Amino acid sequence: MTDDNEASISKEPAVSHNESGHAVATRHDDHALPERFENPGLPDHVHRQGDNDEAAARRSERQVATLFGLSMLATVLFVVAYAVIGKDDNVTLPILGKVHALHVALGVTLAVSMLGIGLGAIHWAKTLMSDEEVVEERHTLRSNDDARADFVKVMSDGADSAQIKRRPLIKYSLGGALGLFAVPLGLQLVGGLGPFKGDVEDLRTTLWDTEVPVLGADGKPEMKNGKPVTRPRRLMRDPDGTAIRLSDVTLGSVFHVLPEGINDTEHPINQKVKASVILISLQEDRIKNTRERDWGINGVVAYSKICTHVGCSVGLYEQTTHHLLCPCHQSTFDLTEDCKVIFGPAKRPLPQLKIDVDDEGYLYAPHGFDQPVGPSFWERG
Amino acid sequence: MSEQTKARSTADALRADDKKDAPAAAGGGPVGAVANWMDERTGSAKGISYLMKKVFPDHWSFMLGEIAMYSLVILLISGTFLTFWFVPSMGETVYNGPYVPLKGTQMSEAFASTVRISMDVKGGLLIRQIHHWSALIFVVSIALHMFRVFFTGAFRKPREINWIIGLLLAMLAMVEGFLGYSLPDDLLSGTGIRAMQGFILSIPVIGTYISYILFGGGFPGQDIIPRFFTLHVLLLPAILVGLFTAHIILVMVHKHTQYPGPGRTNKNVVGFPMMPVYAAKAGGFFFVVFGITALIAGLVSINPIWMYGPYEPTMITAGSQPDWYMGFADGALRLLPGFLEFNLFGKTWSFNIMIGAILMIPILWTIMGLYPFIEKWVTGDNEEHHILDRPRNRPTRTGLGMAAITFYGILFAACGNDIIAIKFHLSINDITRAFQIGLIVMPIIVFWVVKRMCLSLQRYDRDLVLHGRESGRLVRTAKGRFFEAHEDLDDYERWALVAYESPAPVDLESATDENGVRRKSARKDRLRARVSHYYFKDRVEPVTPMELASAHHDGQAGEQIESHPDEAESGHMHGGAEEIGAAHAYGHPSPHDKQD
Repeated sequence: MTDDNEASISKEPAVSHNESGHAVATRHDDHALPERFENPGLPDHVHRQGDNDEAAARRSERQVATLFGLSMLATVLFVVAYAVIGKDDNVTLPILGKVHALHVALGVTLAVSMLGIGLGAIHWAKTLMSDEEVVEERHTLRSNDDARADFVKVMSDGADSAQIKRRPLIKYSLGGALGLFAVPLGLQLVGGLGPFKGDVEDLRTTLWDTEVPVLGADGKPEMKNGKPVTRPRRLMRDPDGTAIRLSDVTLGSVFHVLPEGINDTEHPINQKVKASVILISLQEDRIKNTRERDWGINGVVAYSKICTHVGCSVGLYEQTTHHLLCPCHQSTFDLTEDCKVIFGPAKRPLPQLKIDVDDEGYLYAPHGFDQPVGPSFWERG
Repeated sequence: MSEQTKARSTADALRADDKKDAPAAAGGGPVGAVANWMDERTGSAKGISYLMKKVFPDHWSFMLGEIAMYSLVILLISGTFLTFWFVPSMGETVYNGPYVPLKGTQMSEAFASTVRISMDVKGGLLIRQIHHWSALIFVVSIALHMFRVFFTGAFRKPREINWIIGLLLAMLAMVEGFLGYSLPDDLLSGTGIRAMQGFILSIPVIGTYISYILFGGGFPGQDIIPRFFTLHVLLLPAILVGLFTAHIILVMVHKHTQYPGPGRTNKNVVGFPMMPVYAAKAGGFFFVVFGITALIAGLVSINPIWMYGPYEPTMITAGSQPDWYMGFADGALRLLPGFLEFNLFGKTWSFNIMIGAILMIPILWTIMGLYPFIEKWVTGDNEEHHILDRPRNRPTRTGLGMAAITFYGILFAACGNDIIAIKFHLSINDITRAFQIGLIVMPIIVFWVVKRMCLSLQRYDRDLVLHGRESGRLVRTAKGRFFEAHEDLDDYERWALVAYESPAPVDLESATDENGVRRKSARKDRLRARVSHYYFKDRVEPVTPMELASAHHDGQAGEQIESHPDEAESGHMHGGAEEIGAAHAYGHPSPHDKQD
């Protein structure tokens, strides 16, 4: 522990033990060498040019003042740029290309104004302020024994005076009260943040499970036995919201689909998160899965667009390989094999939406998905 | 009555010495007068002069933490500005501002107000970009600062508490960054929140409940942005600033560590005082950090949310990456195989998500938090340490640290597997597979290589101390042999290379005590001895004066050579080569001391 040896800085070779009693620099006699090298102490200070040469010091002074001056100039330019340059002006700069003129001007002038101060101050410190190193002593952090004894006494006297040891009833009831006092606050907070849906029904269902009212010629819902007549939802293009005919879906085409009437729901965005679907036309003989073929029409199939990993949109379709790729974590689903996962961190295939053609030739979903869409959750089972 | 009198007399007694005498002249004109006024009311002269005299050692690596500190200040300033325009609401609105491509688009008020800050508020974009850039710089500098602290052993006693506070700060900084990044409600950050909900759902038993609590019902609902806003601008900053203050106070209390060097001991700190040198240098450095952040913000566009558009759950962009500090967690999600998800007891266990998104950060942070205590247990060292280790002198620690960084680095790179695939025209499957294998294999290889490099560097140091440096000067002997003259290191240069401790592995104590009874701690001792052996078995001890002397002596045993008279007089021999010991004048600072 040569480091510990304070006296070794003073180049005194006589010290043989440090505090912990280790032999540090034992000398057997005048000729024997110490066991370890000794700290040679601080080297002599070497003066800088400016310490002895007033001209050099004056030069430094001018440099520092120039930097501070530059800062002020940049500040003025910032104000000018703010006042003069329009919000929508663009300017073409080398390397950067076409940029937002006001933004770049403000950024650069602010930067120069700051850097002028910063570099000036540092240059000042390095060239003109004393560069002679100062030594400050360290002391062991531990309090001395008296202070520690005093601490123990204060605490135990306090405990004695409060009689906490003698009166366990107080001790335990206080512990209980302090242990419980946060419960009301916590309850209010957690209880108020919900609402909880213990049946996780909203994670299991999508808008495709519900139907839309059939509109009569007058634009009002048709009624039968006092109840509105409903029919399953059609597949609508996202984002224009127009219905899709089977004939529109040419081989190899891809449609991003939302359920009919989604914008009439209370929170369309909450529905979109679950109900978005991708509709793709494949060559029917390439579909290897019978169920998949049956739930589609002539090779046109619809699958949930919500990744079964963590719920991103599986938005990238590669036509040649029939792969659907999720751009978030690269889970890859094979459309010809019922969208099973062929690569990436997802486990489950994308759920298929059964589609059919109605009397008017539009695609619709006779019923919702047969399983929850999107990421896994505990209760999914 | 008498009580009152007593109280009054006590109060009078207190007032009695209320500066009847003229106060000690402050001197120094108006500044002195203010100082006098303050001191008479606060008694702060003593404390402030103590602080102003405080000495800080100089080294470039000590500036990393400083950058983090200043970035935090910049974040607080720029963030406060942003709150004046940002509307933390998911209320629907239709954009009608000056940015043409978004005209008529439905969006949340949060997104609309962020576009307004970027397009409409003069200089608003600059503040936004400063805020985002300094958040990135904040986390980078925390990470680099942490590496410095780890590799130099600055986490050792008495600084374990500060190591843990630092870890908490690092974690909070990442969470705070994620929250802030989510606030604009743009397409990219909305996708990030969507993924986060997926992570939460993977938590067993309570996952769905946490999701309902956080989102106020189903995803995304209307509450998440206002709630994130409160966390981002109020709760987390308060905790961050509190922990940061504790961090700094502990640095003051412990006094800064220093690198080994002549004159530096475990009982002192050698450097420059706060007043004036560090006030100017550190104060100036704040402006430098701010200036560079402003320059980057002005010139390099980041997170141009108006190009992404508002969050739309049915849309996505290729190349979806989070901010860099979340990259490693995202990378882990890309590498974890899908078969880790299974159904058991009628419930879904999604370890493919949970490990990367929920468990990894707490586990890594726990390991990092425990490391100082593990190392202390291995070394059995209970001393205070204020002299930093050179990383090469702790080969096992340095190897472990580099292995951890490799692990992290591979996860981070995996987060860009799609970008790598596109840029290098490689198959994403191959890249991902390679990362999966690399994640397990590379840390082991890196550990081994780095440890060997450290040992090799230590041997190089020994060689340098024993045989001096090559002077590049050829000397010819009378017999016609050629040598390169070596120059001895001077005391100061040598000290930097020999002033380290090389702990020996702890010996295994006998498993039984003196009475032949098996000791309770025998098993623990054996484990400790094994770990200690693993840590320190390959060690290179510092050169001792004896060794140096014998190196010189052996040299002199060689043949005498004739050369320049100065060298012949003063030199030592090394394997027959001439040493020019006196050529290096003592009493000058060695190059190692020029630290700034």
